[in-house]
Amino acid sequence: MSALAYDGTAMLGRQLLRVRNNPALVILTQTMPITMLLFFGYVFGSALAMPGAEYRSFLVPGLLVAIAANGIMTGMFQAAQDVHRGVTDRLRTLPISRAAVPLGQAAADVLVTAAGTVPFLLVGLAVGWRVDGSAAGAAGAVGLLLLFRFACTWAGIFLGLLSRSEEAAGQLGSATFMLPLLSNAYIPTDNLPGWLRTLAEWNPLSAVTTALRDLFGNAPVPEGAAWPVAHPVAGSLAWCAVLIAVFAPLAVRRHGHPGA
Amino acid sequence: MTTTYGVLSEGLEKRFGEVRALRGLDLAVPQGTVCGILGPNGAGKTTAVRLLTTLLRPDAGSARVAGRDLVREAAAVRRAIGVTGQYASVDGDLTGRQNLRLFARLHRVRGPAGRADDLLARFGLAEAADRAASTYSGGMRRRLDLAASLIRRPEVLFLDEPTTGLDPASRNDIWDAVRELKQDGTTVLLTTQYLEEADRLADDIALMERGRVAETGSPAHLKALIGSYAEVVVADRGALAQAAAVLDRLTGAEPSFDHDRGSVGAVTRDSTLTLPRLVRELDTAGVPLLDASLKPPTLDDVFLRLTGERHDSDDHNRHGDHNGHGDPGDRDGKEMAA
Repeated sequence: MSALAYDGTAMLGRQLLRVRNNPALVILTQTMPITMLLFFGYVFGSALAMPGAEYRSFLVPGLLVAIAANGIMTGMFQAAQDVHRGVTDRLRTLPISRAAVPLGQAAADVLVTAAGTVPFLLVGLAVGWRVDGSAAGAAGAVGLLLLFRFACTWAGIFLGLLSRSEEAAGQLGSATFMLPLLSNAYIPTDNLPGWLRTLAEWNPLSAVTTALRDLFGNAPVPEGAAWPVAHPVAGSLAWCAVLIAVFAPLAVRRHGHPGA
Repeated sequence: MTTTYGVLSEGLEKRFGEVRALRGLDLAVPQGTVCGILGPNGAGKTTAVRLLTTLLRPDAGSARVAGRDLVREAAAVRRAIGVTGQYASVDGDLTGRQNLRLFARLHRVRGPAGRADDLLARFGLAEAADRAASTYSGGMRRRLDLAASLIRRPEVLFLDEPTTGLDPASRNDIWDAVRELKQDGTTVLLTTQYLEEADRLADDIALMERGRVAETGSPAHLKALIGSYAEVVVADRGALAQAAAVLDRLTGAEPSFDHDRGSVGAVTRDSTLTLPRLVRELDTAGVPLLDASLKPPTLDDVFLRLTGERHDSDDHNRHGDHNGHGDPGDRDGKEMAA
């Protein structure tokens, strides 16, 4: 086994142990989107022109993508914690692969997200969300979702390694909640004014949300949208590729050489 | 026989923006010895350790750690060193056992579980092994940190302020561990603000000031640079001048007076001056002697003298510096609280 795979697996194991030692934190993180599903689904759902059940079906993929985007926050917070508590420096003095530490963190994060999404989907089913597409489509949607989480986590890890303190990382990370607000995750973008619609549709979250709705068979691809939304699967894959291509090397480099 | 060095650096420089943290660091630590790096805050101690442990790259200069080039053979250096410090820490969210198993795995130790158990037992952590490290006391945490550095016996061990903030019992534990390591042939480089720590553990001391080594040598050598302090208390203030004349003749140094106590003192670098001789000379001169003392300097004196640093609250003169002799416990207490 290569050094990267071996060390990466060890670091992945470390992250899973942290979850096992401290399950409350993960459970708390997972209840947030469920609460939002219930609030948005019934409160907003009652006020919108769209029928409530239809809105909840529309909302589930959007919240799934919001969960994935939270990888930025989680990645940032964990990386900042390791930096400011001295764990990163100890790891840097070990004869291990430099990419293993962030890779292990990102991979563990995907596994934890995959497990944590199950209760959310069960609640989704309870409030009327269904997989109306093929099983292959649904599997593709889950795969795409986790790939997007992986990409977001890399961005988070890089930002976390840059952070000045754990608190700063926490505050900046919590700004992640605004990302789905500026996308089609919670509302259709058709009625937004031109420039705002463009902005929202070029938000990577919009492409992934649209892809999920398409693959799960929850809502059709909107007409006349910007390219990533009009071609949601290709658009999503492209966004993930860009995010990973940019942030993974930056994070690995930063992990290896802190501030030169 | 040529000396092999655990750490050998020449002209290491590091700047952070406008700040020149290291301005040509020269260090030579023979293999199997303990070197104490001593210096005030901001002298560059931590930067030196961060460079020598591959955490930072030097801007200029070169160094060999455990015989490997610090920059070109960084990976090999990492295989040969252990690092414990303020900033290089274990994971508080994992238990002691989980931490040591993780580091053993990363060090490619065969049987990581067994190695972890050995170290837990050796450092008295077996009972706390399955508690999260974040719940450990300061002393336990530091022992766990040290254990994690010793997964593989390192050729060179770096300890950055290993006992800062620890109670005396925990400090002794760490000191014992360092002595054991030295006996096993490990080179130890430790930074400290505690002079007593350097005095007790170090074979050699490098006194750092403003990014370079200001003075280096054994504790005895450094103390000899300062000289001993002779002090005489007289029964009659009128005899102070007479006593001062004797001191002046014996030490050749300018005596300093404390009229309130009725005492006079002077520094001497004359190693042949003994207390009986001092008393004899004073008695012969007819000085009404109440008390006389001849005290070797502490590293505090060396430190204060060579770095020119004075504590803010310290309004004493050179004489006052020597008050440290009588009350090392109090001094430590203050430093621990700081």
